[in-house]
Amino acid sequence: MNAPATGLTGPAEPAAGPRDVVLRARDIRVEYDGERPTRAVRGVSFELRRGEVLGIAGESGCGKSTLAYALTRMLKAPARMTGGSLTFRTREGEELDLLSLDDEELRTFRWTRLSMVFQSAMNALNPVTTIGRQFGDIFRAHRPDMGKDERLSRTRALLEMVGIDAGRTSSYPHELSGGMRQRVVIAMALALEPEVVIMDEPTTALDVVVQREILDEVERLREELGFSVIFITHDLGLLLEISDRLAVMYAGEIIEYAPAEELATRAAHPYTQGLLRSFPDLTGVRRELRGIPGSPPDLRAEPPGCAFADRCEHAFDPCRSSAPRLLDLGRPGGPWTAACHLNDPGHRSAAGAPTTEGRQS
Amino acid sequence: MTTADITSAAGPAELPPGPSGGPAVRLASAWRTVRRSRRLSIGLALIALFVLLGVVGPFFAGDPNGFSMDLAQPPSGSHWLGTTQTGQDVFDQLMVSTRLSLVIGVAAALLATAISVVIGIGGGFLGGWSDETLSLLSNVFLVIPGLPLVIVISSYSRGGSLTATILVIAITSWAASARVLRAQTLSLRTRDYVLAARLYGEKRWRIVLVEILPNEAAIIVSQFIFAVIFAILTQAGLAFLGLQNPSDLTWGNMLYFAQNAEALSSGSWWWFVPPGLCIAVFGAAMSLISFGLDEVLDPKLRVYRPGRQKRSRRQPDRQHPDRQHPDQQQPIQGEEAAR
Amino acid sequence: MTALEVQNLSVDYAQAHGRPFRAVHNLSFSLEAGRTLALVGESGSGKSSVLKALSRLVRPAEGRILLGGRDDVRGREYRRAVQMVFQDPFASLNPSHTIDHHLRRPLLATGRARRGAPADQAVTELLGQVNLTPAADVARKRPHELSGGQRQRVAIARALAPQPDVLLADEPVSMLDVSIRLEILNLLDRLKRERDLALLYVTHDLATARHFSSEIMVMYRGEVVERGPSDEVILAPKHPYTQLLAAAAPSTGATREQVREGRRVRQAARAQRDAERREIVVGDGCRFRPRCPFAMDSCVRRPPEAQVGPAAGGGSGHGALCWLYAEGAGKAPAATVPQQKPAP
Repeated sequence: MNAPATGLTGPAEPAAGPRDVVLRARDIRVEYDGERPTRAVRGVSFELRRGEVLGIAGESGCGKSTLAYALTRMLKAPARMTGGSLTFRTREGEELDLLSLDDEELRTFRWTRLSMVFQSAMNALNPVTTIGRQFGDIFRAHRPDMGKDERLSRTRALLEMVGIDAGRTSSYPHELSGGMRQRVVIAMALALEPEVVIMDEPTTALDVVVQREILDEVERLREELGFSVIFITHDLGLLLEISDRLAVMYAGEIIEYAPAEELATRAAHPYTQGLLRSFPDLTGVRRELRGIPGSPPDLRAEPPGCAFADRCEHAFDPCRSSAPRLLDLGRPGGPWTAACHLNDPGHRSAAGAPTTEGRQS
Repeated sequence: MTTADITSAAGPAELPPGPSGGPAVRLASAWRTVRRSRRLSIGLALIALFVLLGVVGPFFAGDPNGFSMDLAQPPSGSHWLGTTQTGQDVFDQLMVSTRLSLVIGVAAALLATAISVVIGIGGGFLGGWSDETLSLLSNVFLVIPGLPLVIVISSYSRGGSLTATILVIAITSWAASARVLRAQTLSLRTRDYVLAARLYGEKRWRIVLVEILPNEAAIIVSQFIFAVIFAILTQAGLAFLGLQNPSDLTWGNMLYFAQNAEALSSGSWWWFVPPGLCIAVFGAAMSLISFGLDEVLDPKLRVYRPGRQKRSRRQPDRQHPDRQHPDQQQPIQGEEAAR
Repeated sequence: MTALEVQNLSVDYAQAHGRPFRAVHNLSFSLEAGRTLALVGESGSGKSSVLKALSRLVRPAEGRILLGGRDDVRGREYRRAVQMVFQDPFASLNPSHTIDHHLRRPLLATGRARRGAPADQAVTELLGQVNLTPAADVARKRPHELSGGQRQRVAIARALAPQPDVLLADEPVSMLDVSIRLEILNLLDRLKRERDLALLYVTHDLATARHFSSEIMVMYRGEVVERGPSDEVILAPKHPYTQLLAAAAPSTGATREQVREGRRVRQAARAQRDAERREIVVGDGCRFRPRCPFAMDSCVRRPPEAQVGPAAGGGSGHGALCWLYAEGAGKAPAATVPQQKPAP
């Protein structure tokens, strides 16, 4: 198991105002029940600061979506959380233990404090009622004292906010394009001014141009409204651009956590490096392109060493025998941790290998 | 072009282990599959019992129509299930009836399934005019009220042969499954793997038989199972109404005789309960097989049961929120992890 | 050598009422042996209709498809020569059959191998070519026992079995994990060179299109709006739509300020054209007009195909379907949409 990530509570960034922590996850563990239980999330810890975008990158089956469901306590059987703690710090400075909320508290907590946008969310709009009514339902459920006119004007404002004509309140979902529906869903997620929005592949099903428009919109709204975002996707290139901090997941664990801006050039974990080599840059020079050979490990197994060892070109003896811990690399620019023996002074000398730094092509 | 090329090393390590091997291994794995579902094992055991009774029973049973002096006797050592009003042994009758009921049920179901496969898959795959025509045909058969038609035809061929009964039941029961198979075929024939087969020039009949049919096997089997139930029930109904040749002993005919002899009012329960129970248990067993097959063949229904205690504890807070409700687009409801 | 030539191809789909819907409009291009042509477009651009027409799954409304210079090629011969790799490796293999079946059938159906030992050997060879070894183990498996990347290799091997001249690849990696995409693309690239295949790479991803093809065609609503050598089309896009596509791709090396600046310019451009709010039906004119920031009066007429770059050897040069570059038109905008950072 990983020790809880060290150094995550680094000093707040200077001149950025009070960037306090809004969501703190400690050692989250999720298992899928089965004849051999699948340990989908294996001790994930992170902190989300107010107003920041935390990107979570990973490939299919790495546990990133399961993590998203765990964070919102929306796991459905056979998945269940087997460990960890989730603390939410509200605007008012109140600390909430998310795992102790009962159903009713959870209901009010979601949407008012934290909301989610899923990849297929645009298909979850009720096809038989208008967009306006669906917004109305949200307000009726969560803001019972709101008048009819107020509900309508708020709906129109929300739609305008995400770049949809306010007249669309009377439209049915099927009258909108996929991109517009996804905008509607984002507007719904923001309807009650949550402090955290979790987005799980929110634009993957959309065309590149539409995807870009929506991301620009989210970014603008975030600057305006100041909510935090956890953005989950397999598209590392996208995350590098839009997030402040980036966590890379592999086999249910965070294997690297770094400031997004610098990760592209200085990735410390071989898997991150491999991912970065896996997609060509549009306008950059043509370079050697290759993916990462092999497949992710079976999450039902309990390999003793590093989960990535079989696919890693730098793997050496300790990788097979002991699991690497997330270690702070002590780099400037904020906490930067990686779970790789190559960065562990204790092992590096044994390997006689240079650090992974500077291995970038 | 790419500046450099990496030939990926997809070694054996990349391959997940999977089952493979000869018939013995397959048999063993089929046995494991059966044992995974309790419903399937119970259903199969019951059906095996019926088949055994139907196949072997009549050889040991005495003459079912042989009269004796024991009139309307309750079950006893000499007559395990008692006797009828005319002194026939109910147990002997039940053995013989089981065989004929099963034969009628299976034969009619086979025929109905065959018709539905040909018409449903044929129409679905061919499309165009043939599909229109075949669809029309199955729609017509679908809206014809089945039981009255069966009654009319049976009374026309009253005293008719066993074959007539089988034909009548088959003809009135294939249409619904044909429609299901047609819909499934329509969806399968635009699957990429079928397109790929068309692309390399596979012949049509091969595409239907080799690429499409195996993927509908589960549906066909389950439809066959329900066709058997339907056929046995229909036959029993017809016989009960006196529309069958009374010399062919079936469960339905036994009920018919019992009814005529007012077995119910005279309290001769041993006469009508065994055939009635046979019909009910047989139907239940077939349904169990069908559900059990779904369970073992469809991984989504293959639920792992961690243990009784855990389940019952979690059951009450399991909500299945209506997905259509607007609240559900956003994270309002749902189920939280048990901690 | 030209393997496949498409002349003035149009594809129509019947609609419930009214005129048929024209999914592909007057498209011409040719596929050369040993070269890759990328067809880039978003969903609804008509690229899958092009593929269907090329694989003879739909009959074109107009135009000709010439295989080896002839347009009267019989079905059997055509099927042998033109094969396709599908997008979704989970849907393109039949769940009830083994890998062996998937490769053996095309070999037998096209007469490329005889039943028995020759077919066994051919299957082994095919699996070896797509790096699936040990072949005997793989051949016994069923699709669900393989990973997505392995399935796609099987699909490629199946397409190679008839020994085609032309390979159509329909978004072959978009359903795969990022880390294995390049292996598959490199594999296709290698096979193309080894077998002298004419490869049509259909994708929505500009970056891989640039890296894996020599020429790019950009499709929008059934028409090719820009075509040319891949570096020119991507690095110096001329058509406003291509510029928009290029600007939408994430730039990995940009600093925060560059990212923010890019976003501001994009949003300004978007406010200008305001796409979603006036999605108007275009008659004869440019189909990109409702979304185009440079739309002008002449755009209601059908734009000409203008030469925007030198006609380099081999290809037909760099062209764009846009009034901005028509003869006598005003000065073309010098990429108002910001370019990505310069190559390091």
